[in-house]
Amino acid sequence: MIGKMRSFGTVAIIVAAGGIGCLAIAYLATVIFGGIGGDQAAKLSQPIDQKLVERGAYVAFEGDCSACHTAPGGKPFAGGLSLATPIGVIYSTNITPDAKSGIGNYTYGDFERAVRRGITRQGRSLYPAMPYPSYARISERDMQALYAFFMRGVKPARRADRPSDILWPLSMRWPLTYWRWLYAPPVQPAVAVAGSDPIAERGAYLVEGLGHCGTCHTPRGIGLEEKGLTPKSASYLAGGDVDHYLASDLRGNSWSGLGTWSEADIVRFLKTGFTQNSAVFGGMVDVVVHSTQNMTDSDLKAIAHFLKTLPHSGPERKFTYEPVVAMALYHGDVSKTGALDYLNNCSACHRSSGKGYPNTFPSLAGNPVVNAADPSSLIHIVLTGGSIPSTRTAPTHFAMPAFSARLTDQQVANVVTFIRSSWGNHAPGVEAAQVAKMRAALATRKLARAP
Amino acid sequence: MHKMKSVDVVVIGLGWTGSIIAMELAKEGLKVLALERGHNRDTSPDFSYPKAVDELKYAVRGELFRRLPLDTVTIRHKSGDTALPYRQYGAFLLPDNVGGAGVHWNGQLYRPSPEDLKLRSHIVQRYGAKFVPEGMTIQDYDVTYDELEPFLDRFEYLNGASGQAGNLNGKMIPGGNPFEGARARAYPTPPVADTLPAQLFAKAARELGYHPFPQPCANSSRPYTNPYNVRLGPCNLCGFCERFGCFLYSKGSPQTTILPALYQLPNFELRTQSHVVKINLDSTKRRATGVTYVDASGAEIFQPADLVILASFQVNNVRAMLLSGIGEPYDPVTGKGVIGKNYAYQMMSATTVFFDKDVVTNPFIAAGAGGSQLIDEFNSDHFDHGPLGFIGGGYIIGGQTGGRPIQQLAVPPGTPHWGAAWKRAAKENYLHTTNVVTHGSVMSYRDAYMDLDPTYRDSLGLPLLRMTFDWHDNEYKMTRYITDRALEIAAKMKPKAHSTLIRQPGDHFNVRQYQTTHTTGGVITGADPKTSALNRYLQSWDVSNLFVTGASAFPQNIGYNPTGLVGALAYYAAHAIKTQYLKHPGPLVQA
Repeated sequence: MIGKMRSFGTVAIIVAAGGIGCLAIAYLATVIFGGIGGDQAAKLSQPIDQKLVERGAYVAFEGDCSACHTAPGGKPFAGGLSLATPIGVIYSTNITPDAKSGIGNYTYGDFERAVRRGITRQGRSLYPAMPYPSYARISERDMQALYAFFMRGVKPARRADRPSDILWPLSMRWPLTYWRWLYAPPVQPAVAVAGSDPIAERGAYLVEGLGHCGTCHTPRGIGLEEKGLTPKSASYLAGGDVDHYLASDLRGNSWSGLGTWSEADIVRFLKTGFTQNSAVFGGMVDVVVHSTQNMTDSDLKAIAHFLKTLPHSGPERKFTYEPVVAMALYHGDVSKTGALDYLNNCSACHRSSGKGYPNTFPSLAGNPVVNAADPSSLIHIVLTGGSIPSTRTAPTHFAMPAFSARLTDQQVANVVTFIRSSWGNHAPGVEAAQVAKMRAALATRKLARAP
Repeated sequence: MHKMKSVDVVVIGLGWTGSIIAMELAKEGLKVLALERGHNRDTSPDFSYPKAVDELKYAVRGELFRRLPLDTVTIRHKSGDTALPYRQYGAFLLPDNVGGAGVHWNGQLYRPSPEDLKLRSHIVQRYGAKFVPEGMTIQDYDVTYDELEPFLDRFEYLNGASGQAGNLNGKMIPGGNPFEGARARAYPTPPVADTLPAQLFAKAARELGYHPFPQPCANSSRPYTNPYNVRLGPCNLCGFCERFGCFLYSKGSPQTTILPALYQLPNFELRTQSHVVKINLDSTKRRATGVTYVDASGAEIFQPADLVILASFQVNNVRAMLLSGIGEPYDPVTGKGVIGKNYAYQMMSATTVFFDKDVVTNPFIAAGAGGSQLIDEFNSDHFDHGPLGFIGGGYIIGGQTGGRPIQQLAVPPGTPHWGAAWKRAAKENYLHTTNVVTHGSVMSYRDAYMDLDPTYRDSLGLPLLRMTFDWHDNEYKMTRYITDRALEIAAKMKPKAHSTLIRQPGDHFNVRQYQTTHTTGGVITGADPKTSALNRYLQSWDVSNLFVTGASAFPQNIGYNPTGLVGALAYYAAHAIKTQYLKHPGPLVQA
């Protein structure tokens, strides 16, 4: 008995030692090989002039660098914005050219490796909150302009980076190197395909690369990696979970994607935050304000053109308006569950027809956000409200109030179910428990964000 | 005293006219600073649905108005009386905070009649000089309707105003107001749909030979994008307009038409909780050097500026001029002096019409403006005043502005004021009641004026403004005459009962009664510096780098709601500043 125990103990020690040994080797591998990639000593191939800085500023808009690296009320690009990850909160870094707390001492090679390869100056790996798997697509030309902008076009700001709130052992960063080796694509110069559509190619470059649209809009796999980085994957831009919203499906599905949107609709949406029937919500509000409204019309058209090349995934289904519910409400029939709550809370703007007002209050009838299988966005918006941002070309910031304090979980479930099953919408109903879960998640998030 | 960095333009008060001037001058590239004594506020979150439709909070307790214990006006009927402070809102509503009264107005958007702007000369020409009674001090504007037309147009297109044109470039359009001055363009949006009572009123008016037309208003009836690219939502006739912010982005206000675009201009700055107490002058007293304001901490701060725009509410404009010592204060004994002169108000009568159960008026379908029908036969000088012996008039309107339970619930005459019988009557009549209202002018008089109160002071220790005002025979006659016409129309609507509130000879001005809220005058515009404080461009005769906007410029009050004229005069002034003053700073009209 004792012998058996002793031998078990020995085995355990050997296994443990073996495990630790493996871990040590795994760790050492990241120390030895983690810094490989790119050329830390690389220099700009051109002098920095005003023109290059200006072009870099535009590239920074396209890459939406400020979305994460400028905190609300903070100095531009000085970092400090909190980003919730599944393992804890991390904080964006100071990327102003301040020599002490920012990236003032970065060589072009340091900069390039961080942006396109996720490798820090010390050879460690960045959290993939930095979308380097997408930025790997950035051209050498744009990279150089971007570097010029961050060195000469941004005002240095002294602000020390804040360590993450992630607890040990999850705070160890070396396993990220394996994540990077597994999921980050190689940095390769884009090769023009003979006979292809140059506008779609430009669009692909912006959407897949600088715009890093897939970061939110592509569903994630077991390792939290994007399930596809290019249209080769049927999951690419098929909709992802972000911040308790469903970042919409951008593929060609008429029912729940962009199938019914024209290229002009997409351009207008990215410029102003709304189309005739829809309005921006969630994290996309910041994208419109900080990034897309600053893009040229030709780049926006390229994005739209490329997105419209994405086929629908799954069976195609088209929306047809059904007037039954509108007629019932017109005649005072509120027998359908949720109908009275809808009239009392929603119809002032969205109307009993569910059509809203064009270019003003979004249509609920036939809206892909409403008909998405996953009702997260709709529940979230009803609870917290939403606001169209004030953009240069459309300064009015129409807002929807929050209804969390006014409606119970059951009322929200009823009204969302009503919206998802009226006027021709046919999406699964919502239970009070789903609303309760969303409410709890949003409350936790709010607490986590409190200073 | 702390001194701030100088700016090109300082705007005192960010209400309707302050927003217009700030926008027009900031677009020119000038460094514009708006000093607002109140707080900033916006449709979201301040007026969001359903919080915004709380009658007790907003309409009864006056959430959007200036808190009267901070500062108010004092009121008396005649020289020699002791004025007492206005301590509870009734006859007029003093604004506060960004947007000013432009947030809580009803949205009724009229143009003056051409003769309103040349009132004295028009009356003298048609009826003779003796027709103007002793003591009546009406004057002409030094600007014509035709000169103002492009600016009346601009204010309508700013708001996405809804209405039906009656006179397009001289061509009469059926269904519009046949008495209006020629307009260059139709309204930007079609009229708000008529409510049932408006239809009944229009039918009755037509039977009597009148020309009813839909009420013009600053509520866009369709989603609308204005020339500043600011977008408005459509009115849905919720009935929460006057005293409320509009949750639907429909009622024109600085917030719904200008501020979203203004806030994007980097050369514009808004400083809130900055209460201007004085316009500073140099040693010649002919030039403003800037303004002094008190900030949230109570500190006095000097803000230098090249150009000063006094754009606060009418009574506050008059007070600021008196406190700053600009212009000669008006003396009612000699009739000399200009600041405080020609204070005026308006005179209404209201007839509540009660129908049987077969007429369902649905008072909860209503708008503060729009959805009603009116006639203009008895306004301005649209009718022969000769045999009638009075000057002025008003429009007669049929419809409803809301069905709010506390302030807008009527019971037939003879109903007890409380108890079971009142409740029964309220319930029986709520859905079957509407209104026929007359909205009449008030002329200016030698004994109606404003000066600084010798007794009462505000929370900063400065004297309050004193209002000396009472009714005159001319207005009693006017209201009797047009109310009788209104009652004839009401009778044609075949109600089961009606009740009328009218001011009769012997009735004094009663500030506890709500009427039109439109207080005017005190810093009036005109052709002669001896009889007016401002020239035609609202520029001070005395201090040429000071412009004073708002209804304080009206030499007498019109029969229409004033905001259309207020907005047009502000655009007219802004245009003169842009095209003339900035090129050659100095007096734009030689005295």
